[in-house]
Amino acid sequence: MSGAPAGRRPASAEADGATSVRAAGSDRPNLLLVPPRARTGWRVLPARVVAMCAVELQKLRHDRTELYTRAVQPALWLLIFGETFTRIKAIPTGGIPYIDFLVPGIIAQSAMFIAIFYGIMIIWERDAGILTKLLVTPTPRAALISGKAFASGVKALIQAVVVIVIAAALGVGLTWNPLRLLGVAVAVILGSAFFSCLSMTIAGIVLTRDRLMGIGQAITMPLFFASNALYPVAIMPGWLQVVSKINPLSYQVDALRGLLLGTPSHLPLDFGVLLVAAVLGIAAASSLLGRLAR
Amino acid sequence: MIRRSAGTGSAQGIGGSGDTGGADAVSCSGLTYAFGDTKAVDDLDLSVLTGEVFGLLGPNGAGKTTAIRCVTTLLPVPGGMVRVFGHDAAKEKMAVRRLLGYVPQQLSADAALTGRENVTLFARVFDVPRRERAERVAQALAAVDLTGFADRMASTYSGGMIRRLELAQALVSAVRLLMLDEPTIGLDPIARTSVWEHINSVRRATGMTVLVTTHYMDEADQYCDRVALMHRGRIHALGTPDELRAELGQRRVAAGSAGDQDPLPTLEDVFRDVAGSGLDDEGGDFRDVRSTRRTATRVG
Repeated sequence: MSGAPAGRRPASAEADGATSVRAAGSDRPNLLLVPPRARTGWRVLPARVVAMCAVELQKLRHDRTELYTRAVQPALWLLIFGETFTRIKAIPTGGIPYIDFLVPGIIAQSAMFIAIFYGIMIIWERDAGILTKLLVTPTPRAALISGKAFASGVKALIQAVVVIVIAAALGVGLTWNPLRLLGVAVAVILGSAFFSCLSMTIAGIVLTRDRLMGIGQAITMPLFFASNALYPVAIMPGWLQVVSKINPLSYQVDALRGLLLGTPSHLPLDFGVLLVAAVLGIAAASSLLGRLAR
Repeated sequence: MIRRSAGTGSAQGIGGSGDTGGADAVSCSGLTYAFGDTKAVDDLDLSVLTGEVFGLLGPNGAGKTTAIRCVTTLLPVPGGMVRVFGHDAAKEKMAVRRLLGYVPQQLSADAALTGRENVTLFARVFDVPRRERAERVAQALAAVDLTGFADRMASTYSGGMIRRLELAQALVSAVRLLMLDEPTIGLDPIARTSVWEHINSVRRATGMTVLVTTHYMDEADQYCDRVALMHRGRIHALGTPDELRAELGQRRVAAGSAGDQDPLPTLEDVFRDVAGSGLDDEGGDFRDVRSTRRTATRVG
């Protein structure tokens, strides 16, 4: 790239400044004539992720409806399903009340339900031209997908706070250790990153909203039920245990349970699986993103 | 505010030419792109000079959008060569994207954000440093006369205002090539004029090169320095609107057919002349029509 125009234009603007009509108070330099200096290397990715997360937070600030409506379902799960099954005492939870056992599962579930929407959202943004325009900015595909993935994590994090507050109100004994809560945040973000990328990967394959909606509906419930979110893996039939073993949601729930309730868990394995799943998801979704641009 | 220079209508804005080492803003040679068996763009040669407003004209399905998408790096360049200010669009994608601002056919501002937030997003993704971000965004919004509406949601904007907001999104990163795909589609006449006036004032103030596609011949005639008439993936005529009209006029006089026709042909007449008879019986493909309708619905 030639550096000449950047150096030359402000100078000419200065020279003509005396003769041209300027609005009051606009004696500041005209920034629109100077291209910003490009970030390079590793700095690009975090900058784009911050940009996408900022947009997500701005949208939530303008319209909180989604925040409230999305709080309804987890609240119902805890209030109705949780309270009832706590009385039945049918599910072996390792000595803790069932509702305590359920809270991490519901955090993971509500985060996943948010994340699964991202594929539909990215197709909608493609149809509206928003995605197309972002793809023409100096943003690598992987950075754009990572941005979306972490934006879904931000949304899921707010959702997790809501669930934790409801749980605390129901008398669930959760940890308030800040380090453990930080771990919870990381697990929620990584899980959301994986599921949003799963959804965006499918979006890159099926390319239309109608097809994706069907598939989204078809996979969320099985992912939820074929995990340890509602009951321990040990009571599942053998084949379902296998499914649960390859379901990243199980690892997310295991980590959340270990951190929030102090139950026995496999934190290094859980975080390892979640991290690998998120990275693979980002790679898969980015490689298919170009199909959406055509 | 952007300073407006004298010398309106010249093909050369401030610092327009000479600072690229002679490279054209866009040059395509032998560009070919096919969807299945249909060649949307067929061996296209095109150069857009630095600083000019270049119009790519043609009916729906002529291949304009496909050609533009190859230049923007949205589509690969399967055959031929595309260069943007000397950078190869197939190999140096990031360098090319940094130089161009793209306004797609649809009204592409995010309706769930305010005008200012829409522009700020583009400041961020073009790496505008934080200390000058707010100032730059304010200047871009002022340049398109949206300062008073900056903090309203884009969903409350009219079609013309959204187009101006999209201009601001391109302006904020000081891109050198502005590519607009059917910028006035679905807009009412007043909004159309306003959009064109803003494109022109931005061009005058920044020396930006503008590549625009349209199927409104009257707009091309009025606002473009040079136009290319595209039909079925190929360019059939190229020149200033005056040249093209004069040429057809002369040909009509030479053929002795001027008597029964308007002696001053319009650009549309030129188009009918070069495109031949196939023009009327071949509309755009379904996807084109659908996206046009979608835009029209959003504008309406």
